[in-house]
Amino acid sequence: MREMIISELSQALHEIARSLAHFLPRVIVMLILALVGWVFAYVVKVVLRTVLRLVKFDKLSENAGASQLLSKAALPSATEMLSRFAFWVAWLGFILLGVSVLGILGLQEQVARFFLFLPRLFVALLIMFFGLLAASFFSRAALLAAVNANMPSPRVLSLAVRSIIIVFVFSVVFEELGLAETTMLVAFGIAFGALMLGLAIAFGIGGRDLAQRFLEKKIVRDKKQENEDELSPL
Amino acid sequence: MAEESFLTDDFLRQLMNVGEVDILVGLPTYNNAKTVGPIVHAIQSGILRGFPRERAAIINVDGGSRDGTPDLVRGCSIDDLRPASNLYALRTLHSISTKYASSPSSEVAFRTILAAAELLRAKACVVMSPESANIEPDWLSKLLRPIYHDNFDLVTPTYGRHKFEGLLITNLLYPMTRALYGLRIREAYSPEFGFSGHLGSHFLGQNVWNDGTGRAGAELRFTLAAITGKYRICQSFLGEKIHLEPRAPDLVPALRQTVGTLFSALDPDFPVWSIVAGSEPVPTTGPDQEVLLEPLRVNRKRLREMFSTGVAELESVFQSILSPITLAELQRIAHMGEEDFHYPAELWVRTVYDFAASYQKSVISRDHIIQALAPLFRGRAFTFVIENRNLSAPDVEKNIEALCLEFERLKPYLLQLWKSRE
Repeated sequence: MREMIISELSQALHEIARSLAHFLPRVIVMLILALVGWVFAYVVKVVLRTVLRLVKFDKLSENAGASQLLSKAALPSATEMLSRFAFWVAWLGFILLGVSVLGILGLQEQVARFFLFLPRLFVALLIMFFGLLAASFFSRAALLAAVNANMPSPRVLSLAVRSIIIVFVFSVVFEELGLAETTMLVAFGIAFGALMLGLAIAFGIGGRDLAQRFLEKKIVRDKKQENEDELSPL
Repeated sequence: MAEESFLTDDFLRQLMNVGEVDILVGLPTYNNAKTVGPIVHAIQSGILRGFPRERAAIINVDGGSRDGTPDLVRGCSIDDLRPASNLYALRTLHSISTKYASSPSSEVAFRTILAAAELLRAKACVVMSPESANIEPDWLSKLLRPIYHDNFDLVTPTYGRHKFEGLLITNLLYPMTRALYGLRIREAYSPEFGFSGHLGSHFLGQNVWNDGTGRAGAELRFTLAAITGKYRICQSFLGEKIHLEPRAPDLVPALRQTVGTLFSALDPDFPVWSIVAGSEPVPTTGPDQEVLLEPLRVNRKRLREMFSTGVAELESVFQSILSPITLAELQRIAHMGEEDFHYPAELWVRTVYDFAASYQKSVISRDHIIQALAPLFRGRAFTFVIENRNLSAPDVEKNIEALCLEFERLKPYLLQLWKSRE
């Protein structure tokens, strides 16, 4: 009986030792991959930061209005954010590669899904950046046009243009990421529809007389008077 | 090398039938049926009176008129002039009409005229505006004679103008062009001007047609090219300028054509204007400028209100364009009442130079920079109107001269901005 217990124990210890001997090199490979990944990610970060500074990416980000958003959220500059993002994505990629080397069942599938998700994440970020750029450009264009046309509340108009574009951009970004697609679509539809309906009701029914006076004043009388009194610039 | 590739086959055929000419008159049109007949007759009369022995051609380039303008040009016979003026042609006076596009573009029209002038080897050319209601036959001689007989390369006009007309020219274009390029040319941007075949070919060969810089305000770019190319320039007084349309053109398009063109030229012309100090007069036939003083209704309240609204609403835009000191000063005067409001010359010049430097660095969209200048210009126009409302013509001229000198005095400020932003 005693011998049997010792034999079983010895066999179990051998099994553990064999498993460890089999698993330990994989752990070491994982650690090496993580270390190499860190170095690689760091190089990517430095190179990307240098390139972004050379192309004055912060200026572009400032024009897009992204810098203001980051500043309000007490986050670093757009160049720094993007560099750090690239660092973490690259390093995480290597770490996950190392984890997949461990051969743990189920984990490999998750790692593969992560790598499939990366291009979508990249596209979503691009859409967000250029969307913010477009929102900034068109809201400023609306502001300038409204000021030069002497329209009332130019900033409200500009803000409305910016908000509509940003809501649209974020709905596209979430759809690209596959997050709450239906919710975002419905939310966008409701928000946009409500805004248009609200404007129509407010302007058309609630302030019918005001709208009539406003349109008459702006299109007929004011235009005539303005044209009569305007000085020829050339 | 002739720039004939963009000309239609039919137009080329017509030009080849003409052969060579001494004088070429370019007439760009677009829906000008109301005025084009008398203008063509004035041109024909001007040629017969001033240049009866020269080979001449009138080139009408039309931007797709729907009111039969080209037919009217073609229908203007030289015989119509004879009963009234007893004028006879010693040479065939050619008249060609071509449609360059289905929509109007002053740049394409001008390029077509330049290409035609080069193909016909014209010695002296003149561009006439179809929108002036009072073109006289002697305008042609005044614009062509200095080129044909005195070897000038560019003749710009001067006009008799109301003191409050052309405020963009008197308050920005003229003083800034003068301060930067060193020549006192009153109307650097004008729809009527004369030029030599040499200058036309030089400008035609420049890379301004496809890079976007020549898309708007090519006439101003042409004048600047003449200055930077050290061509011989003079001015000729034409008389009072009367527009057919009494309605003022919109300010923003006018800013794009003039200020936008000037700002975009500053970068390539930097080696020229950066070394210019002071300014020199150019030879002028007739008075330098004639200021008219008839009463004119001006909506001053609207000018000041649009300035104040603009300064308040566009603060975020101005923060990108203006220096903090200039912006703070503008915000201070924007809060002043109508009686106290004053936009001083020095602040105006600093504003314009800040805009020019920001335009060069494209701190935001360049078109947005030009649009943002409109409310500030209205503020300056308000001050100009208030300052000069009771002044005589010489005193108005003195004020314009003082503004020009301010632009010249603060030129180092622009150079400093230019260098610091590089």
